[in-house]
Amino acid sequence: MILQARNITKWFGEADNKTYAIKDVSLELNYGEMLYIVGPSGSGKTTLLSVMSGILRPNEGTVTIKDKEIWQLNDDALTEFRLYSIGFVFQDFHLFGKLTSKENVAIPLILQKQEWDYSLAEATKALEIVGLQNRVDLSPSKLSIGEQQRVAIARALITKPDLLIFDEPTASLDGETGKKIISFIRNTVLNDKRAIIVVTHDNRIYDYATRIIRMEDGKIVKETGALSEN
Amino acid sequence: MDALLQISLKLLVNDRGKFFTLIIGITFAVFLMMQMTSMFSGVMYRTAATIYNIGAKVWVMDPSIHIQSDNIPMPNYILDAVRSIKGVKYAAPLYSGSGLVKLSDGTYQATNIIGLDDPTLFGRPTITKGNIYSIYDDNAYIIIKDAEYHKLNNPKIGATFEVNDNRGVIVGIGKALVSGLFGTPTLYTTFSRAISDLPTTRFTISYILLEPKTLNDISNIKKEVKALGYIALTEKEFVDKNKNYYLYQTGLGTNVLIMTLISFIVGLSIAGQTFYTFVLENLEEFGALKAIGAKKSELIKMIFFQSTVVGFLGYGFGILLSSILIALAKLRLPEYAALVTYENLGISFFMVLVIILFSSYLGIRKVTQIDPFDIFRG
Repeated sequence: MILQARNITKWFGEADNKTYAIKDVSLELNYGEMLYIVGPSGSGKTTLLSVMSGILRPNEGTVTIKDKEIWQLNDDALTEFRLYSIGFVFQDFHLFGKLTSKENVAIPLILQKQEWDYSLAEATKALEIVGLQNRVDLSPSKLSIGEQQRVAIARALITKPDLLIFDEPTASLDGETGKKIISFIRNTVLNDKRAIIVVTHDNRIYDYATRIIRMEDGKIVKETGALSEN
Repeated sequence: MDALLQISLKLLVNDRGKFFTLIIGITFAVFLMMQMTSMFSGVMYRTAATIYNIGAKVWVMDPSIHIQSDNIPMPNYILDAVRSIKGVKYAAPLYSGSGLVKLSDGTYQATNIIGLDDPTLFGRPTITKGNIYSIYDDNAYIIIKDAEYHKLNNPKIGATFEVNDNRGVIVGIGKALVSGLFGTPTLYTTFSRAISDLPTTRFTISYILLEPKTLNDISNIKKEVKALGYIALTEKEFVDKNKNYYLYQTGLGTNVLIMTLISFIVGLSIAGQTFYTFVLENLEEFGALKAIGAKKSELIKMIFFQSTVVGFLGYGFGILLSSILIALAKLRLPEYAALVTYENLGISFFMVLVIILFSSYLGIRKVTQIDPFDIFRG
């Protein structure tokens, strides 16, 4: 098991304004799994994802990743833990428009205090893995949305993290490109030494999950296994 | 260079529009600050021209004197008293006043007249034509060839004129270390001729120029002179007294200060606002970096580095631009009163540091406030 979340509760506001985003949620994630968290807007998917990835501190509950209870770590240690153990792909990618694809991808290694030349060489390799070997010196603004998505994936993969977090990976893509990307993630990115959590609204890609949990009103209301083997 | 700083530099430089706006803004501010402070330094330097040109180590004067051109004569016994002070190597009187020269075409020209101690000629100018000892000839005057020289019709050796209805003859041409500010030509003669040709009060010594035996003697000399009811100032103290008068008593300093502050505020506004916009445009990306694993200290380092780069570049270009302009102006106007001093460079540098800190603060404040959760929340 790579991740275990126990009795997670998160609320915003205090007293009369207190609003529960997630209530007493527990889940486990194993290596080789591609877990989807689905549900309507406001159901608590993003909050749960943020709590599990060490970005948003829960009010109650614990999150253990690779046997480390992450919310026991201080801010700097937690930041470092994220840098070495978790890869993030954001909904809007958040690539620096004034840097080349290669430089964007190299950033996590640079944050790990790696040398400039080494980081760029590794970034080039990561871009080759996602099929963008001819786009390494282009800025993200000169790439298609699908290509930008791949750059963001390369950036998440470059540190070889055990856990990958995808936030609405197909939200900006058309159906066909979305399927290609998610298929790529499932078939190329996912392996036995890694787990992936995907938050999505897009029911066209549900087939690619190994497990799906459905959230409503801050609670897991349904959990299903693999819908298909892709 | 640290790889993180390289990324930071690329983010800055590749955003060419903002990068150049930032540099131009700071360059412009530094240029204006340098122009203002250099002009002020140049003007102040010129107002103290006689002090520099005479070159005495210690000046004795009436305590009421504010600037060198004030003329409050002292009685002759003060000279004797000063000469008898322990630690005084020698002391000489100096006449400093103004005369009215009638030119050959019948026009008049106001002129500075310096009367040098007859036996020693202490404070004499460097002679470029003629002989300093010709100053003892009848009606002899030495003229300083500076920007105002032409106002006496470019006189040559042997040229005659009238000064306060007395005959004058040019016996030498000299040069001054520093030209005066007020646009009047300068004539040197002996102390005795100066007080005979020019109207004087009962007392005639404008200043006593003094050479101490050692620099350590100066404090004792000051004490003794004070006991006589006068003051003794070193050259630097006299220059500062002169400067402080213009700075605090005439409004000149206030105006220069206001203009310098306006230049600073212009630079601060342009740099601060542009840098803030630059950070705002990349805010979500910085937030994403935070989520990925960038520590707060690393983001601060990136932003501070960016503002330092534009600050120092702007400072360099600003200094270069103002130096070039002053040099060009001096080619056309040799007496252009602007002087780049280490003090001016230091003031501008300090102000650029404030601009850097302010701009960094705006950016850092924004970046440190962003919550990575907001990046997920969209």
